[in-house]
Amino acid sequence: MHETYLWLATFAQTWGLVLFVLGFLLVIAYVFWPSKTRKKEFDDAANIPLKED
Amino acid sequence: MSTIQDPIRTPAKALRFGEAGLLVVFAAFAFFAIIVAAKAYTPAYAFHAYLFAAASIAAVFAIGNRYMARPAGPVPQVNADGKPNYNFDVVKFCTIAAVVWGIAGFLVGVIAALQLAFPVVNFDLPWISFGRLRPLHTSAVIFAFGGNVLIGTSFYVVQRTSHARLVGDLAPWFVVLGYNLFIVIAGTGYLLGITQGKEYAEPEWYADLFLTVVWVTYLLVFLGTILKRKEPHIYVANWFYLAFIITIAVLHLGNNASVPVSVFSPKSYILWSGVQDAMFQWWYGHNAVGFFLTAGFLALMYYFIPKRAERPVYSYRLSIVHFWALIFIYIWAGPHHLHYTSLPDWAQTLGMTFSIILWMPSWGGMINGLMTLSGAWDKLRTDPIIRMMVVAVAFYGMSTFEGPMMSVKAVNSLSHYTEWTIGHVHSGALGWVAYISFGAIYCMVPWLWNKREMYSLKAVNWHFWVSTLGIVLYISSMWVAGILQGLMWRAYTQLGFLEYSFIESVEAMHPLYVIRAIGGILFLSGALIMAWNVWKTITMPEAAAEQSLALAPAE
Repeated sequence: MHETYLWLATFAQTWGLVLFVLGFLLVIAYVFWPSKTRKKEFDDAANIPLKED
Repeated sequence: MSTIQDPIRTPAKALRFGEAGLLVVFAAFAFFAIIVAAKAYTPAYAFHAYLFAAASIAAVFAIGNRYMARPAGPVPQVNADGKPNYNFDVVKFCTIAAVVWGIAGFLVGVIAALQLAFPVVNFDLPWISFGRLRPLHTSAVIFAFGGNVLIGTSFYVVQRTSHARLVGDLAPWFVVLGYNLFIVIAGTGYLLGITQGKEYAEPEWYADLFLTVVWVTYLLVFLGTILKRKEPHIYVANWFYLAFIITIAVLHLGNNASVPVSVFSPKSYILWSGVQDAMFQWWYGHNAVGFFLTAGFLALMYYFIPKRAERPVYSYRLSIVHFWALIFIYIWAGPHHLHYTSLPDWAQTLGMTFSIILWMPSWGGMINGLMTLSGAWDKLRTDPIIRMMVVAVAFYGMSTFEGPMMSVKAVNSLSHYTEWTIGHVHSGALGWVAYISFGAIYCMVPWLWNKREMYSLKAVNWHFWVSTLGIVLYISSMWVAGILQGLMWRAYTQLGFLEYSFIESVEAMHPLYVIRAIGGILFLSGALIMAWNVWKTITMPEAAAEQSLALAPAE
């Protein structure tokens, strides 16, 4: 029981943290990467609620 | 609209697979529920079993009648004019249910507030004592009012932003009616004394199991509709709804992992023990705040504010960062509910740290919501519905500033277990959750019932000001009460004795409790104005809409 706890706590406080930070940085990179097509994609998406059908 | 059809060409009507399957399942469940009711250990549990049996039998009749009345063949996916054949009946049901439950929940809150100010209002009856009415109030406003708003708007928004009909024929009705049956089971249970004693997770094992089935169906209907979408992109509001549905499922299963004493008993025991159970409870409890009361209602912000203001969200990029930052961070903030307990110190500090980091995404999201109005700020003056939603976002910013501050250990040592916490919760619940919900209801009712506008925008204005005054009275009296309590409890004399007895701090609360009750009565009055307005809008002939527009403030 104690070993499992230690193992999980160590993993969470080291590699788990690194993994999550990397994942979040990937999101940031995806969102802010200067790209014309992605800008258009986001503009189209933002206008979805305003479309009438 | 009946058309004469050639009898040879008319396809033979047959039960759909879902109809036949559900008829069998409900009939069998009714039989099972009656046996449980007959052998139940307690009368309250027997009552719930009979309630399940009655609901199942009603479902059998409803499915049968619906089959008799419906045309043969599958559900048409598009109308004759080529527009998607949206399923708005379930949304209409949720909207009305939200208004009704909202008033019930606010009323119980007012009674509970009066009980604290004037204990005689308990009437010495066990069923309506404060201890039972308090969970009834929290569940009624969060799960009955808020839950119906979330399910209703999610079914509306996912259809409109996907340009597709809701997946499933009976499944959406099962979600909506099943969820409301769960509310009735939970609420009557509290009054009869059935509870697990876990904050926001009071319903016992059988109600939890039933909710699990309803919730998984909800997820499937929502996800299925997204998969069928005609838009290449999944609009950001749907991301927030999806996060809300999935996270609530995980939280619900984790915090209700309990073993019933018997299938004939309402009592169960949780698998977790001691501080682990406490940690599970507040991991659940805080993420109920984070994913039910925040992520879910942010979806409303990202759909209804742009729609009503007729301009896209300020920054779509920021909305994606807002989403992922919230997902990554919120889940760790729970331990701040257990400061200075036997929870390991590092876990407490972790909870505090992540609560403070939460400032960033919360305020990013608030700015995104507010700035959507940039260039159209005059709408704040001319459109009381926009004003309600913008004030909701401002309250979101305020309560997500206050929360992290209260999670700091030094502040928490003063604020914890005092009325300050109640004030904080209500600035979020009344100011943010209820206002964004009212705004969405005011937007959606004319859209759903094909009216141009609400019956009376003047009444919306009255609702706004009456309930805003109510909120201000509520939260300011609770701040004063909380700090007063905190300071009285930690005041020592020169000799090291406590300066005040506990009852003295209770006595000092009385005037503040009275002010709080007045605030609650004002908030309830505002909701009654809304109910009247919604009723008049639904029942008014279309021509009346033009008239009320003429009375609206000049734009």
